[in-house]
This record gives sequence, C-alpha cells and structure tokens, in this order.
Amino acid sequence: MTLARVQLPASAKRGEVIEVRIAIQHPMETGFRFDISGRAIPKNVINQLVCRYNGVEVFRAEMGSGIAANPYLQFYAVAEASGEMAFEWIDDSGNRGTERAAISVIE
Amino acid sequence: MGRTPEGAAGCASYADRFDVFLVFFGMVFAPAAHAAEAQKPLPLKSGVEFASADVRKLQGDDFANPGMLWVVRGEKLWSEPAGTRGQTCTACHGDAPKSMKGVAARYPRVDAGAARLVNLGDRINLCRERNQQAEALRRESDELLALTAYVAHQSRGVPVAVTLDPQNRRDFERGRDQYQKRIGHMNLACTHCHDRNWGQKLAAETISQGHGNAYPAYRLEWQSVGSLQRRIRACYFGVRAEIPDYGAQELLELELYLAWRGNGLPVETPGVRR
Repeated sequence: MTLARVQLPASAKRGEVIEVRIAIQHPMETGFRFDISGRAIPKNVINQLVCRYNGVEVFRAEMGSGIAANPYLQFYAVAEASGEMAFEWIDDSGNRGTERAAISVIE
Repeated sequence: MGRTPEGAAGCASYADRFDVFLVFFGMVFAPAAHAAEAQKPLPLKSGVEFASADVRKLQGDDFANPGMLWVVRGEKLWSEPAGTRGQTCTACHGDAPKSMKGVAARYPRVDAGAARLVNLGDRINLCRERNQQAEALRRESDELLALTAYVAHQSRGVPVAVTLDPQNRRDFERGRDQYQKRIGHMNLACTHCHDRNWGQKLAAETISQGHGNAYPAYRLEWQSVGSLQRRIRACYFGVRAEIPDYGAQELLELELYLAWRGNGLPVETPGVRR
C-alpha cells in the first residue's frame, strides 16, 4: 500500500507563487543493507517523481540511495489556472504511485 | 615550618580515601534506599526538549513530520471493515477525534476482560479479536503502529494520566523495581541515566528523562515509526542486556512505570526522535 500526502493552498491568486509539498511512505531501501540471514536486500528507491500541473510538467526529481526513507519534497510553482497537480512516481521494483491535489485560482 | 612533601601527600591520600569510601558507600547503598520510593525527575521534561532544533521543527510541522504518514494510514484503517463480521472501528466508536480523545493518556492499564496489563496496541488487538472477530495485528507491523498512532494522536496535548489502583499495583511495583535494577554487561539501571544524569551527554546524545509520551514515534535512526517497547528494547541493547520479546510482561510493566513517572506530560504522538 503506497501512501502519500500532498499539501498545497486550496486557492491562490493568479501569478502567486505557491508552496507545494509531498511526503511519500516508502522504505527507500539503499541496497547496502543485509537481512537477518545475511542476504543483501535489493535496492529499492523511488527513482523518479514527476509533478504535472494541468498536464504540464513543473517538477521532476530523480532520487538515489542517498535519500532517506519516507521522502519529503518541497518546491514552488506559479499558480496560473485552476486545476490539479498530479504526482506520479516509480520505484526500482516497478511499483508506481500517484497522488493529486486540486487548486483553484482566483483572479 | 614547612611540611615534607611525603607528609602532605600522606594527608591528602587519607582524605581522598575517606571521600572514595563515602562515594562507594553511597553507590552501594543508595540504590537500595531508592528502591523503596519511586522518584520522578523534576522538572518533568519531555524528550523533545532534549532534541536538536531541526528535530523539534520536524515534530512541530504536521506535514513534514513523517509520523503523520502512519497517522493518516491509521485514519483510513479506522473506517475499513475488518474480520469475519466486516465491521469497522467507526461502527462502534464513531469519530475517533471525539471518542478517542484522552484514551491513550490512560494506557497501559489493566483490561478487565483479559485480566492483565495491556498497552494501547494490545488493546486495539483485543478489540479486533473480540468485536471485529479479526486476527490480531502483528506487533510492530505498520498496520498496528498506524492504528495505535492514530488513536494516540487524538490525545495530543492531553496530559498523561495513568492511575494506580489495586489491579495494577503489582505491575507498577515490578516495573519500578525493574527500572532500578542493574542489568547487562554495562551493569546499569534505567535510573542511572534517566534519573541521575538526564541533560548530560552520552557521547553525542543528550540523555533524556526517558518518557514515553511521544510514542508511537518516528525515530530517524529507524527511518520508521516504532512503539515504546521498541525504544525500550533499544535501551536494553545499549546496556548489553538480554532483550525481552515484544509484548513481554517486563516491558509492559516498565511502560506502566514510565507512564506514571511522566504523568502530566502532554501526549505528543507522533513524536520525532533522533
């Protein structure tokens, strides 16, 4: 079960700079650890995360084994039109996750 | 007339030996005296007060706090049907923010039905078995931690308030004695760090008073949320003692003693610790 939380202001003025935050529950397994019987635990990190604002890519992150578990990302975007921010990510084991949040832009 | 160096040294060494004797006397007999009465650290300070500014900030921000991921998951589980009867927690308890407020502050307590001391996680499992006819969730599983964190989160800000009564008196006394008993290769008791030396440094760490009011908490070292029992087990490991299993009576009794000892501190779940 993938769980993520997205936070952005419910409404903003056109042209306003808004803060966008996302936190994803994920072990971000580094590949450098061993289990209790000594077998290497395969690397499994969210290697790519993309955020699209009304279909247009506004943010992309490529992550590696240096990022802690349950990654938290924060960035800024300009509010241009009402709509939604859609996040999509994929980890090394091929699991995809998505999360979206709506924003309404007032003139 | 000047004293000879030898004489001066002799005098000093007698005085030193007497001091050493007093300190030794104190170390040998003081624990026995303490065992009779349980002492609380004064003033009471939650573990967050010993944490660095960045950890405090992380705990204070309900979005950045990674423990909130478990709380949100618990919120979902709260209204998900479970067990053969397909019953949700909501069916009996309604809205958790109302019905569960203050509940976590009263645990661990003796469950009347089970007639034994249980912590909040155990109580959730008892509820699953009795009322939902669902399987008990595995200890330290994400599901149980999520539900426990969600329920405890409803008591955030409520002062811990466990009461001592004839039912839990024995458990409390055993917990208190365990707290003061020297264990492990390091031959240390809980009290040596968390009563006598809190606020001091242990390598790079500041020793806290050892309260459980933030648990289940997100520990950066674990990269995950964990229970108070997991944290206590880490202390057993630290003093190189034999580590009790999850759910061991010894750990429950310690949890009860810790809760009593921290009575009055606000619940912080989900806390963030290093």
